[in-house]
Amino acid sequence: MTSLPTHTDRKLGLVIDLDTCVGCHACVTACKGWNDQGYGAPLSDQNPYGSDPSGVFLNRVHSYEVQPHDTPAQIINFPRSCLHCDDAPCVTVCPTGASYKRAEDGIVLVNESACIGCGLCAWACPYGAREMDADAGVMKKCTLCVDRIYNENLPEEDREPACVRTCPTGARHFGDLADPESAVSRLVAKRGGYDLMPELGTKPTNKYLPPRKKDRPQEASLLAPLLDIQATGFAGWLDRVLGKI
Amino acid sequence: MHPAPSVIIFSVASGLGFGFLAFLGMGLVLPSGLVAFALWGLGYALAVGGLVSATFHLGNPQRALLAFTQWRSSWLSREAWASVAALVLLAPVALSDWLGLGWPRGVGMIGAALCLITVFCTAMIYAQLKTVPRWNHWTTPATFLGFCVAGGALLSGQSLFAGWALMILAVLLMAGFAEGDRRFAARGHSMASATGIGRIGTPQVFEQPHTGGNYLMREMIFIVARKHVEKLRIIAVSLAAIFPALLLFLPVNALTIAVAVAFHLIGAAVQRWLFFAEAEHVVGLYYGMR
Repeated sequence: MTSLPTHTDRKLGLVIDLDTCVGCHACVTACKGWNDQGYGAPLSDQNPYGSDPSGVFLNRVHSYEVQPHDTPAQIINFPRSCLHCDDAPCVTVCPTGASYKRAEDGIVLVNESACIGCGLCAWACPYGAREMDADAGVMKKCTLCVDRIYNENLPEEDREPACVRTCPTGARHFGDLADPESAVSRLVAKRGGYDLMPELGTKPTNKYLPPRKKDRPQEASLLAPLLDIQATGFAGWLDRVLGKI
Repeated sequence: MHPAPSVIIFSVASGLGFGFLAFLGMGLVLPSGLVAFALWGLGYALAVGGLVSATFHLGNPQRALLAFTQWRSSWLSREAWASVAALVLLAPVALSDWLGLGWPRGVGMIGAALCLITVFCTAMIYAQLKTVPRWNHWTTPATFLGFCVAGGALLSGQSLFAGWALMILAVLLMAGFAEGDRRFAARGHSMASATGIGRIGTPQVFEQPHTGGNYLMREMIFIVARKHVEKLRIIAVSLAAIFPALLLFLPVNALTIAVAVAFHLIGAAVQRWLFFAEAEHVVGLYYGMR
């Protein structure tokens, strides 16, 4: 049934640190690599070596420039993937029951053998988390690596989503956001983690940690604008000569 | 949003078809014999043809029957049920008209109501989407129903009813255009709220996440040809509503109805193209494009 569960025991999700992310796209590649094999239809590419390559990705990294009012502009790298919303609009619109949210851990998944590829769930998602696979004709989305996190054939340290496992700067964290004592929940509380487009009422599980305030170099005197600094030595001589010409 | 031809043909044809079937079902037009066969056949052809056209944009149409399972939560599933119920209930009414069996009209009234419910469900598929502010408004179902009733009345030659319905449609279209232009800004969505980094300063795209196109951009970011919007709106309102209404002042016969319906259909197709092409999805905010 594509009705949402009234309660999920756990809320597994990601916490993404925009302060630490360097925009290397390793998570994009790891995600694509893992989801090329195993769970569901492999993420396909169309015309990958041609003039107009295109493909399905479950995670994409945007880069923004932000201009604070009193400091130089900052570049912020912004990974974007499924937020496994509590009130997921992509689930309720599905006509076939293919799109569903698990009551046990809150992961939003697509049952590909029931997906007719109508694309309505992708329209309903504000975050662009769903992409239709042009080859298989079914909707693809982040599974939170459901085939890794519970996989007892993998060594314990690998039982987390591929994007988290691969991130070289530790900008991605995986855990249970329903448990206030979990590492991810404490991180969110400490750093002021926030929701994307909260005005749409989707109640995302994934949280984003805002970039920390940048240090400002204090090399010059705070009084510099008020001081009449005179050049000395050769520069002083040059200044006087050039001033007379 | 990408204006896919299959969906434009679907919603225009089935809207008119279900409208016409509603008028036939209510018995406002009472044909008999071969004329009845032709008129009911036309109604069914438009409605069913539209529905079949809609399956062309599915990735896996062979599983389309599964779309009947989620009527409790999904407007698309409700549309599937309402359309099939309308088509099945109206079949004996059509048979009765064709063969002159004189069966009671009650089922036809229920069938007519289901025709309108089908079109309402179609409209709600779009109107329910908070992600597309232009669609997420009562004018969307009102306009779809306006097309259904006006088109049905026009095709069944109910000139007085059709005239009023076309005028109401014209008002609805203009109200929809005016209101739609304000909706995205009124909802307060911005790149700042989409990324949450507006707290630092004003964000702008520094670099896109990929150099090629992708499904999201093809499907939900459609910025081509919006430059002709003003002209297309005038064409849509004129052809869909005003010209057909004026034609109704001529003596009503098969020719005037055919010409009026032809204008109406072209206008409806232009309106439906605009409905998609003008609609902006919030995901475009991440790309700095709408």
